[in-house]
Amino acid sequence: MAKKAGEAEVRPVVSILGTPVKCFYGPEDLPDFDYKEKLNDPGEYPFTRGVYSTMYRSSLWTMRQYSGQSTSESTNERFKYLLKNGQTGLSLAFDLPTQIGLDSDMPLAEDDVGKLGVAVDSLEDFERIFDGIALDQISTSFTINATAPIILAMYILVARKQGVDPKRLRGTIQNDILKEYIARGTWIFPPEPSIKLVGDLVEYCNKEIPRFNAISVSGTHILEYGANTVQAVALAISIAEVYIREVLKRGSHIDEIAPLFSFHLPIGGRDFNFFEDIARLRGARRYWAKLMKEKYGAKDKRSLQFRFSTGGMGGGLTAEQPLNNIARASIYAMAAVFSGTRSLNLACFDEVYAIPSDLAIRTSLRVQQILANETGVADVVDPLGGSYYVEKLTDEMEAKIGEIIGKIESDGGIVKLIESGAIQRELAMQSYAIQKRISSGEKVLVGVNKFKVKEEERDLEVYKTDPETIHRQLQRLKAVKESRDQGKVESALKELESAAVRGDNLISYLFEPLKAKATIGEIIDTLKKVYGTFKEPTTV
Amino acid sequence: METNKTIRVLIAKIGLDGHDVGAKVLIFWLRDQGMEVIYTGLRQSVEQVVEVALQEAVDVIGVSILSGSHVSIAKKLLKRIRERELDDVLVLFGGTIPKDDIAVLKSTGVHGVFPSHAKLEEISAFIKENVKQAGG
Repeated sequence: MAKKAGEAEVRPVVSILGTPVKCFYGPEDLPDFDYKEKLNDPGEYPFTRGVYSTMYRSSLWTMRQYSGQSTSESTNERFKYLLKNGQTGLSLAFDLPTQIGLDSDMPLAEDDVGKLGVAVDSLEDFERIFDGIALDQISTSFTINATAPIILAMYILVARKQGVDPKRLRGTIQNDILKEYIARGTWIFPPEPSIKLVGDLVEYCNKEIPRFNAISVSGTHILEYGANTVQAVALAISIAEVYIREVLKRGSHIDEIAPLFSFHLPIGGRDFNFFEDIARLRGARRYWAKLMKEKYGAKDKRSLQFRFSTGGMGGGLTAEQPLNNIARASIYAMAAVFSGTRSLNLACFDEVYAIPSDLAIRTSLRVQQILANETGVADVVDPLGGSYYVEKLTDEMEAKIGEIIGKIESDGGIVKLIESGAIQRELAMQSYAIQKRISSGEKVLVGVNKFKVKEEERDLEVYKTDPETIHRQLQRLKAVKESRDQGKVESALKELESAAVRGDNLISYLFEPLKAKATIGEIIDTLKKVYGTFKEPTTV
Repeated sequence: METNKTIRVLIAKIGLDGHDVGAKVLIFWLRDQGMEVIYTGLRQSVEQVVEVALQEAVDVIGVSILSGSHVSIAKKLLKRIRERELDDVLVLFGGTIPKDDIAVLKSTGVHGVFPSHAKLEEISAFIKENVKQAGG
């Protein structure tokens, strides 16, 4: 743009969508803007302004920090610590062997036992995690996918043992296997039987534990893999549709299952832009409401409500000057609140180095508490609604989400793109492109490529995993195997295998093997006989 | 023999960690620097990686680990490398590696350690400086 005489030089800005960003926005950017159609009041279709009418005035978002320590005892201690400090929901992380269906004594497991979360081999480990915590008093979020059916079955068994009716259980299980093939790698079986198991869990929860969110479709990991903030949401919705179709084909009605779907979406990260991130989530709410109503014929209001929790993305945090990360996370948290998040799990300032320390977790919780109690940002629903800029962006984001999903469908669908590795490759290339922009200084990262200090000592106190974990876990596993009735284990596993061959819903077939002290690894090995294992596309 | 023969690199994911985008970003970068790069895919054992390194006659083995299991895996890998007499191979570790562990990794015989915030340029420069040009 040519500069007119007397005008100041204007820094060019391009949005995540590739469109030029103006210096200000006005009524001409929203011609024929119809309040009822585009926004409507919070809690009303198309829910652009929020899924509930009163939002944080009636209940604050759930403040949840991800935690999971090496052993069931230390996890139990951490849970009690967080509950005592005012946290309102628990979130459980599992070690990689548990996520991939390997017991602590199986090949390849050894180095990862107890490293990224708690090690669970048998029901006994799981019981210790929740010792002294009444399951009808809390809500628990499980970050688990390939082995989600087994973990949920364990939770139900613990509830029954405590005398709690499983119908009263509240919480969320991630149960989103497709993003694992894209971004996180904890797959076991090929996509087809894996999608079937996702459907089993959704179907079971709908019938037996209706207050539990049977699935949390995650855009966060996809973002970390290189997707931009809009792609992360679009891919999550595309993946959700695969699961929805899986359950619909079993004869469920959309209004029975859509309310069980929730999303876990990124806020922040390397592509963070305060207004774009907010507009994208407002646009996603409108997109989902229309999708459910127009494509799937949903009538129940709850089916149309796009409910999501948000995770502050560690990918946007830096190892350089780590205390700066508290500032970054605070701004992510504010964007999440303006977006109408129902739950927030905020990145911790030291997580670039290791599992967050107690201090870092508490600080992230305090950031949320400060926002909720000291700033007024939670007083009015969708305070940015009506902003020319934000509404214009929201329209653009909604359209882009639809465009990305349409492209995936015309390329053969998300499952095909995952199996061939095409989507993984595209995202990894994008990640490389961002990295190069950071390296060249084109994209400013404070403390990394600008405003650097002479390399300061990074003497953070980082959390160390207990080196004894593996030994303790192996001893326990041995004791479990010695104390059980092997015949009972084998016949229960045989029943499970037959049910898998028949194509039955497997959830109710998991209780007997678990009660007989079968391990997660044994259950998964049984299912591998029927389903096979995934062959990863390794061409880069 | 010319001293500027193409450097061959094996990028490996050992153990159960499934985060491989960092590994892939590095692969793209090293290829752009003119190196030949092979990727193992996820969930490899130390034995598998060393066999591939032998068969492919690589100059560098780069291991990416974000799950915290880098020290125990490094010990096993270096032991195996010595057993299979891959003495000239440059061994690099990258990923989520706390500062205190850098020295620990180096004491096991790892030549270069690059935590996830390391610059791509640092890694390629290190490789170019330290690869022993076979026959050169």
